[in-house]
Amino acid sequence: MNRAPKSPVFLERASYRQRRLRDAARLLPVLGAILWMIPLLWSRDQPAASTNADALLYTFGVWVALIVLSAVLSRGLRPDDATPLDTPD
Amino acid sequence: MVSFNILIAVALTYVAALFTVAFIAERRASAGHVGWLQSPIIYTLSLSIYCTAWTFYGAVGYAARSGLEFVTIYLGPTLVMIGWWWGLRKLVRIGRSQRITSIADLISSRFGKSTVLGVIVTVIAVVAATPYIALQLQSVTLSFAVFGQAGGQDWQDKDLNAAAIWVAVGLAVFTVLFGTRNLDANERHHGIVMAIAVEAVVKLLALLAVGVFVVWGVAGGPAAMLVRIDASDITLWQQSGGRWVSLIFLSAAAFLCLPRMFQVLVVENADERHLNVASWAFPLYLFLMSLFVVPIAVVGLDLLPPGSNPDLFVLTVPLSQGREGLAMLSFLGGFSSATSMVIVATIALATMVSNHIVVPLWLHLQADKGAVMSGDVRHVILLARRLSIAGVLALGFVYYRLSGGGTALAAIGLVSFTGAVQILPAMLGGIFWRGATRIGAALGLLTGLVVWLWTLFLPSFGLDAVISQTAMDAGPFGLHWLRPEALFGIIGMDPLVHGVMWSMLLNSGMFILGSLLSFPTPVERLQGAQFVNVFEHSTAARAWTTTSAGAEDLLIMAQRIIGSAEAQAIFQAEAVRQGKSGYLPEVTPEFVARLERQLAGSVGAATAHAMVGQLIGGSGVSVEDLIAVADEAAQILEYSSQLEAKSAEQARTASALRDANEKLTALSIQKDAFLSQISHELRTPMTSIRSFSEILRDADMSPQEQERYAGIIHDEAIRLTRLLDDLLDLAVLENGQVTLHRQTGNLAGLLDRALDAAGLHDGALEIVRQPAAEAVMLTSDLDRLAQVFINLIANARKYCDADRPKLKISVRAKGDAYHIDFVDNGSGIFPENQQLIFEKFSRVADQSKAGGAGLGLAICREIMHRLGGDISYLPGQYGAAFRVVVPKIWPGPGGR
Repeated sequence: MNRAPKSPVFLERASYRQRRLRDAARLLPVLGAILWMIPLLWSRDQPAASTNADALLYTFGVWVALIVLSAVLSRGLRPDDATPLDTPD
Repeated sequence: MVSFNILIAVALTYVAALFTVAFIAERRASAGHVGWLQSPIIYTLSLSIYCTAWTFYGAVGYAARSGLEFVTIYLGPTLVMIGWWWGLRKLVRIGRSQRITSIADLISSRFGKSTVLGVIVTVIAVVAATPYIALQLQSVTLSFAVFGQAGGQDWQDKDLNAAAIWVAVGLAVFTVLFGTRNLDANERHHGIVMAIAVEAVVKLLALLAVGVFVVWGVAGGPAAMLVRIDASDITLWQQSGGRWVSLIFLSAAAFLCLPRMFQVLVVENADERHLNVASWAFPLYLFLMSLFVVPIAVVGLDLLPPGSNPDLFVLTVPLSQGREGLAMLSFLGGFSSATSMVIVATIALATMVSNHIVVPLWLHLQADKGAVMSGDVRHVILLARRLSIAGVLALGFVYYRLSGGGTALAAIGLVSFTGAVQILPAMLGGIFWRGATRIGAALGLLTGLVVWLWTLFLPSFGLDAVISQTAMDAGPFGLHWLRPEALFGIIGMDPLVHGVMWSMLLNSGMFILGSLLSFPTPVERLQGAQFVNVFEHSTAARAWTTTSAGAEDLLIMAQRIIGSAEAQAIFQAEAVRQGKSGYLPEVTPEFVARLERQLAGSVGAATAHAMVGQLIGGSGVSVEDLIAVADEAAQILEYSSQLEAKSAEQARTASALRDANEKLTALSIQKDAFLSQISHELRTPMTSIRSFSEILRDADMSPQEQERYAGIIHDEAIRLTRLLDDLLDLAVLENGQVTLHRQTGNLAGLLDRALDAAGLHDGALEIVRQPAAEAVMLTSDLDRLAQVFINLIANARKYCDADRPKLKISVRAKGDAYHIDFVDNGSGIFPENQQLIFEKFSRVADQSKAGGAGLGLAICREIMHRLGGDISYLPGQYGAAFRVVVPKIWPGPGGR
């Protein structure tokens, strides 16, 4: 039984953009998680190790970047008409 | 110095202002002016109850003790918010479509409206939240104490307890007033949301003000501040990877699972699009709240005497610098953080307790008194809510007293988070995995609860408080592998990481295993499909099959739960939808399902289901019904695909008809043209025959002249005869009256004959042939075949318009037929004429060369069909090209 409603395989430009915006929105938290894990790789033993201020600035810098990216993405995302566009990719 | 009385006055004024704000918002909402009450900004601000007094005061203390680790508590929620497209969007959509009232309702509703699951989740939530509420009470009383000490009073435990009681009572009054004013059909509290939005602004401003004062007023600018931070004793980065990652996970999960967060995120959400703004605005809020935490901690450690409580730096730093106004603002900020959290948490918990414990119990007791309930359910539910609010706050107070209000409380925040997070596997599994079952969810939740109690919650009371030292060291009853901080003999882990890891692993493991091994009930499967596929327009859920209940009984029940006005509105709307007048619609299964969802918005899915079940007679949906619904959907799909196929067929037929029509129209035009043409053709020779015969009859002339005129008459008569012959030939062929003779011969010979007969002696047409390919034998009516060839060759001679006309004849054997192509080098035939040239009466172009009447090709086609072959125009050959297909061996006239 063919349950999936028939949906176009290829989309016009605007819908295509919308799809990729959603992909970006989905990947953003992954990017954030990776960036915030990076300090774990910093060496703590070396004398030239990162200072307090470095750690502070890095963590908060990533934060600002994520907020800005999220704000930019959310301007383009259209959650209201999500339903008809949601299934195919 | 601020006197303590002034502080009390300020606090009371602030509370009064909050009351006013909540009251006005409530009034506007009930008057229908929701407008800006439902803006995305208010939504974002209401999320800020995530930042409790633990954030406001505790974050600085946390930073002073453990460096940058405090920030993990805010990084997790940031990741959840910016990743809203994954999970939050779905949660909010489900919450709205299913009218979810709390996280316990979500779990219970997803897993077949199970009462048991609702109870388990409620218990977990209450146990996990109680210490957290105690923490808020503690922070408010401590902040009072700070001002009291600054004012010269030394607070004793007695005073602290008294303050805590007053705070708890005040909060209970506020929450009861605005949290249980009405039993709304969608469980939203505009007044409270507005009040906590105001408090969110106050606490943010307060913390920013203290931070700005510390950075610019004390340290002397950001650069100097950074130098100070580097020089400070605090080591900001001292992470073990395990703790950093676990805490980010923990806070992210708690953000979704804490009952109060679920309340503001999902239940109070008025519009899905608000998430769009909150996805970046709330991380921004968290960022601003965290920005000055480290500076305040560093400066506090520098300025204040050693041994000062770093949890209170936000208050004590401004006080030590003589900034009493700032300290007052900071006090209000802390007060706001604590109260807003307590209010929302109590509402969320009270909703859960009343919907999932009290009302089911009450219903159970009432069940003896018959199916139709007596008594006002609204009254019972509201009373249950109010008592639950008081009860939850009382629990918090008792915990505060038991734990002694000591520093042990500071660590309780994370323990409390871990407790709430036990709901995560069931929740995520429920919304993403259709295979998740009630049994699995219950097993997972209980396992998680037990592991959490054993490894984190009970030890948090301190050594020997609940778990004895020997049990900690050697395990209960000497079972070494059950030591609370070293389960299964794995030692050396951070206790929190240990507890989080084991509880989540065992919880998820049991959840998955239980789900895989058990079989869901029909309602569970129905709900599972609706939750997981919430974005697809699934077929309407039909949870009821029989409708023995009368509409009046249902109306009475609905009125008791959601009030008469609302209930009547619903029933009337349904009646109008069904085209009936009055208040009582037909009780269809769809209507019952819709009504149940409405009721669920007030009392939770499980209770609503049970109540409707009592009236309907307990006949819920069965597996057969589910399959029937699926079949219906399949039939609709099938039907629509049939329709699609049919319409495609119709389109094909229509286009065929259109083609035929075009052809007919063209032919009819051609036919008219042909009739005039043939009249003309017949008339021309007739005219000359008549005139010349008149001349012969009347005039005296020489024998030469006579001979010439007679010759002309003879020629014209022959032309007439040929025309009539053609017409006759075609008619005979078409009617099948022709006699065909089967002969066998050489194709090359046949072509030679045709070329000779076509009269190419003048050399006007160059012929290119392939002697090797032509040397084949074939069996057919060779005379008729020659006629076709002659016609084609003559056509080429007549119509080829090249300077040096050339005709190429090629032969190819294909299967059991020969393909004989006649290709000239003229301009060919236009595509629009290609399908017409084989029709009789058709003639391409009006240039009536050589007296053709447009019958030749039609005759050819008839002949070829009779001979079991075909003739067709071959496009794309740079000239007029015809392909004659002749069977190698024609079986004869009767052979096919």
